[in-house]
Amino acid sequence: MSFIEAKEVYYRYPQAEKDALCGVDLTVEKGEYVAVIGHNGSGKSTLARLLNGLLQPTKGEIFVDGISAADKKTLFELRKRVGVVFQNPDNQLVASIVEDDVAFGPENIGVPRKEIGERIDFALSAVGMQEYRKSMASRLSGGQKQRVAIAGVLAIRPEVLILDESTAMLDPRGRREVTDVVKKLNRENGMTVLAVTHYMDEVCEADRVLVLSDGKIVMSGTPAEIFSREEELEKYELDVPVPARIAAMLRAGGMEIGRIYTKEELGDELCRLLPKI
Amino acid sequence: MKDVAFGQYYPARSFVHRMDPRFKIVLSIAYIVAVFLVREFHFLGFAAAFAFIVIATAVSRVPFFKVLKSVKGILFFVIFSSVLQVLFNREGTVLAEWWVIVITDVGLLRAAFITLRIMLVVMGTAILTLTTTPVEIADGLESLLTPLKWIKFPVHEFALIMSIALRFIPTLMDETERIINAQKARGADFESGNLFKRIRALIPILIPLLVSSFRRADELGDAMDARCYSGAKGRTKYKKMRPTYRDFIALALMAGLIAGIVLLNGVLGVPV
Ligand SMILES: Nc1ncnc2c1ncn2[C@@H]1O[C@H](COP(=O)(O)OP(=O)(O)O)[C@@H](O)[C@H]1O
Ligand SMILES: [Mg+2]
Repeated sequence: MSFIEAKEVYYRYPQAEKDALCGVDLTVEKGEYVAVIGHNGSGKSTLARLLNGLLQPTKGEIFVDGISAADKKTLFELRKRVGVVFQNPDNQLVASIVEDDVAFGPENIGVPRKEIGERIDFALSAVGMQEYRKSMASRLSGGQKQRVAIAGVLAIRPEVLILDESTAMLDPRGRREVTDVVKKLNRENGMTVLAVTHYMDEVCEADRVLVLSDGKIVMSGTPAEIFSREEELEKYELDVPVPARIAAMLRAGGMEIGRIYTKEELGDELCRLLPKI
Repeated sequence: MKDVAFGQYYPARSFVHRMDPRFKIVLSIAYIVAVFLVREFHFLGFAAAFAFIVIATAVSRVPFFKVLKSVKGILFFVIFSSVLQVLFNREGTVLAEWWVIVITDVGLLRAAFITLRIMLVVMGTAILTLTTTPVEIADGLESLLTPLKWIKFPVHEFALIMSIALRFIPTLMDETERIINAQKARGADFESGNLFKRIRALIPILIPLLVSSFRRADELGDAMDARCYSGAKGRTKYKKMRPTYRDFIALALMAGLIAGIVLLNGVLGVPV
């Protein structure tokens, strides 16, 4: 069994006329970095909420680490394993002081006092915020607040980190801070990451990309595979990174350029092809 | 704008910061009682209370202007009530008279007395909030109110609500400022017109603020759920509370202040 396994998941909000998710199948292995993209209202947040037990599926099954997310009795165990960071940094910090906020999760799961201190150390250094331990959260920048929010989740020691557009409200610098932290957690600590995002540079960091549209997973593959299917992406109202678009145009013009999506790769490919022109 | 918020926590490691929050809460209440014990026009009693504040501020390493600034928030209220006293109090000897306005010596004294009393109370409580984090205040309250659990009062929830309210003060202040600027940019006018017009001009500020507060509450609730919050049961606390010698020194000082005020009340039997 995979680490996260969703089978034929349906979800409809109470009083809604149509399903927010209709028949989603999903498997994520331990240590994977999965990006989820899709137009507004495609069901990305609904999926994130189902995985953490904030919602229970109307139909279908979800298992995380063998624990059913459809069962309210195991909710607590599920939430210990699945940490979620939301969009607005101001609305997810509970306490005024950084260390108090990071302590909130461990306190909730009944960690002994001494170990809470150690977990705060660990979590704050994982996001590079140790020197702000005693600071007022309200005085931090957006990127710093969001890193504290990640630390607050890490202190629970989850197995998987879900980010629901956690960079959407940040300036480019804050976004880079958060993306770097998440990348590091995935590469160095082996954290399983499921990141919902609109930013293509973040998508490029992922091992695998899922495209959601109207509550269904319509595309799935590596970033290179996904970005080379430009027409399809446009159909789902999604952007293609500029280097990939240039490559597609060159390909249409008859050049044998590979599947690329970063500036560096585009440069390399052009240099490789230059002698042949 | 953030700094206006009365007595926002001032991070430091001082005598007062390290006191047991329960003692700080009880001593703050004792202090308020002490200020109200001062008999009318015994300004020496206020001097004693002020001296207490100066000492407390000095050992808390909080800049004194932060304590003074806490009065800013209630300035309007203070001025309003003292103007009323000065203009309409008719006791004592008349110093000046014009139309319905009578200025008397008692009126002036009472205005000064009320003003000082309010300011001393606010400055005293500001020392509590400047040196105690919202979480500490909540933990302290929760512990002090434990007996109320007997009558099924939700003590833990009450304390948590308090600390979240304090946590959101700066956030909501920022937001208010943003909304005011947005409305001004649309041509809203908050500075002219009569009182009624000005109050009406506040509606376009209050409604968006209210709507966004509900959204914030909703999101915060989800974030708390996602972080495994499930009430007081099985919950541990990171901050431990234990009274130390500091708390007993402060207690002795407070006893001294109250004794001093009572003594002054008795010795100076007649108002100065
Ligand atoms: N609380 C709700 N009640 C009813 N419908 C909702 C609610 N939240 C979301 N929806 C609907 O569910 C669908 C999926 O929403 P969501 O998962 O938030 O999308 P995304 O995060 O991809 O923008 C949308 O059509 C949205 O209108
Ligand atoms: Mg969403």
